[in-house]
Amino acid sequence: MTLEPGTGPDGVPTEPATPVAEPITPRDLIVSASPHVHAGQDVPWIMRQVLLALLPGLLAGLWFFGLGALRVLVLAVAGCLACEWACARLVKRPATLRDYSAVVTGVLLAMNLPSGSPWWLVLIGSIVAIGLGKAVYGGLGYNPFNPALVARVFLLISFPVQMTTWVVPQGPGTALDAATGATPLGAIKEAVGLGRTVADAGAPGLRDLLVGNVGGSFGEVSALALLLGGLWLLWRGVIRWQVPVAFMAVTSLVTGIAHLADPAHYASPLVHLLGGGLMLGAWFMATDMVTSPVTRRGLLIFGAGCGLLTAVIRLWGGYPEGVSFAILLMNAATPLIDRWTRPRVFGEARKLYREADAA
Amino acid sequence: MKFSGGVHPAYHKDTAGLQIEAMPLLHRYVVPIAQHLGAPGKVLVAKGDRVARWQPLSEPVGFVSVPVHAPTSGTVKQVAALPHPLGRPMLAVEIESDGEDRPWEGLAPLGDWRTLDPAALRRAIQAAGVVGLGGATFPTHVKLSPPAEKKVDLLVLNGAECEPYLTADHRVMLEQAAEVMEGVGLMMRVLGVSRACVGIESNKPDALAALRRACPADVAAEFVLLETKYPQGSEKHLIYALCGRRVPPGGLPMDVGCVVQNVGTAVACLEAVRDGLPMTERVATVTGAAINVPHNLRVRVGAPLLDVLAHCGGVTPDVGKVIFGGPMMGIGQFDMDVPLIKGTSGVLCLRDDEAVLYEGGPCIRCGACVDACPMGLVPSAMGLIAERFRFEELGDWHVLDCIECGSCAYVCPSRRPLVQHFKRGKAEWRDILEERRARTERDAKRAETAATA
Repeated sequence: MTLEPGTGPDGVPTEPATPVAEPITPRDLIVSASPHVHAGQDVPWIMRQVLLALLPGLLAGLWFFGLGALRVLVLAVAGCLACEWACARLVKRPATLRDYSAVVTGVLLAMNLPSGSPWWLVLIGSIVAIGLGKAVYGGLGYNPFNPALVARVFLLISFPVQMTTWVVPQGPGTALDAATGATPLGAIKEAVGLGRTVADAGAPGLRDLLVGNVGGSFGEVSALALLLGGLWLLWRGVIRWQVPVAFMAVTSLVTGIAHLADPAHYASPLVHLLGGGLMLGAWFMATDMVTSPVTRRGLLIFGAGCGLLTAVIRLWGGYPEGVSFAILLMNAATPLIDRWTRPRVFGEARKLYREADAA
Repeated sequence: MKFSGGVHPAYHKDTAGLQIEAMPLLHRYVVPIAQHLGAPGKVLVAKGDRVARWQPLSEPVGFVSVPVHAPTSGTVKQVAALPHPLGRPMLAVEIESDGEDRPWEGLAPLGDWRTLDPAALRRAIQAAGVVGLGGATFPTHVKLSPPAEKKVDLLVLNGAECEPYLTADHRVMLEQAAEVMEGVGLMMRVLGVSRACVGIESNKPDALAALRRACPADVAAEFVLLETKYPQGSEKHLIYALCGRRVPPGGLPMDVGCVVQNVGTAVACLEAVRDGLPMTERVATVTGAAINVPHNLRVRVGAPLLDVLAHCGGVTPDVGKVIFGGPMMGIGQFDMDVPLIKGTSGVLCLRDDEAVLYEGGPCIRCGACVDACPMGLVPSAMGLIAERFRFEELGDWHVLDCIECGSCAYVCPSRRPLVQHFKRGKAEWRDILEERRARTERDAKRAETAATA
């Protein structure tokens, strides 16, 4: 609609402006509270960035474990999407498949499972992740624990045999019924437990740990690929540096001290950094926004706690791997951390302005 | 010094190069009596009265109150509740222009401010109806009257203009630099301070140069180019950026010895004293993708929005939102008959596709709002509390310190209406405080009567 200019030459009063077409009415205009502009990012965008960042680690896993890994991935994603849809249906809410969060949960769950997992194990995991990990709390944003980790730990406790049957990576042609073996951390734990030394465990070299040519959950093996994805997330501004940095630093520190004190029984911190689920956990699971603190100081504490618990469980606990437990425990501490680390309100400074002037 | 938090919205200062143009005289004006924070004045005219340009239409009621004046000469058509930019109809005087634009004989120019005492200057500023033109429209004479126990030593001139799109202050600084700096000197005299600090965002170096050039020798002003970051023009953040002083929560700039004034207000004060001219016009930016010919307009207060849009070539067919003010803090309008008032720094017309109405999703606790909040609040948690109507908890989260700048909602990936929650939350929390105060008072009185009985 165009408005006819209703103004004449300077100083001459004119008729009030009259719209040529229909006048602008409230119906035509949006009236909402400020701000009226937006930075542009939304939840699906964030989830898509996470998926993109997971791609290198995913591809590495598929490369090393072949079709078995692909089967687990497809089952987990399909299972999570179906469960998400069903849960929304059950409580008569609009389906939330389009926010990609169920896809992220599915991919993360798959990456946390052995590539030889039976189909029912993956499906039970999907149902636990979405149903018990997320939907019962009210869906996205309300779950206190990382859904994929809830499922992983549930499966680990309920089906310990299936969850610790690790396929030996043999490249893309790895058969579905391929040979199985131990994870590097598992082998070390077993050797030390039997009174032998770390060296006796015959753990793979650092190069294999870095690229991922080792046994383990199919998405956690390639430290390098996961690190690449994590750094990309950091660069895109999706995650904040505090969690992964504090996580890796504290795990390295504690395992490093133990290693220095007794190298025969404690593996090098590099093995702990590159082996097991640490990279996947530190960059993709602990950084889950919903279940970690909101302040940067809080994230630092959260990351450090994850690192400490991981090291303690790995070195002195019953399980060879502690990343999942560590993150879940720190998830439980998140509300407390948020309480402790509330930022200081502007002006609530100890420093008075007169001191600021003097400085 | 840089404050933490804040955001970097797209600036869209497309009208920065457009000279201020005076809006032609209109057929009718609607002058609301309440255009300032504080008590609305008492109406002095009635239907059928003939008024002259600059004639007072109301008189102040008490100290925190200012009059409004006729923007042109003509006849009072009605005094009634009419559409107001704040949303609900408010008492206003409608004037039908007689086309003569005849000035009022009662104007009383005082001449050179350098020879006048502060009390006389203050009186002239109040009588002229001068309010802060930055948008909050607090009566200027009140800000210029700090209580004796507050030792004010610094006048801060706010030339940040951090809202995207708006360029009115920028143009005033370029085109009326000498008057701005004279106004600064005048306000310094009223306050009895010897130091002034002019803060301008780094995207307007030409404005800073112009003011520096125009600064009279007897006005001791410093000029500081500030980081271009929203909300740099917020009083508290501007003061912190300029001199490192932090206004305490719930406090005012005068608590740290500062008084902040907008550049347009400085000019208005000068005109009020030098020429005896009341505040009946202001500079407003009319801009946005949905306006045909963007302008920096000198508008008489009371000009109906429809006429202003028409003067700017009308709106495009895909107009989706018309905002008074900037995109971060402005108010969406639904009635095109509302008048532009003293606080209208701009009219922003957004297209349909720019003015999407978001359905807020659940908070995913990403912490973007915590990083963005310049006040050090936790908008994510406060939003969840307000959403569940647990307003009595909001006080603990310092909701009253929220400056409603919109940085949190601007970055929220779930598009949650955080500012809306906090506006409501502030009002509800104030009500709760008031209720508590009344109850304690009642209890005290009851205890007193019980004791005497």
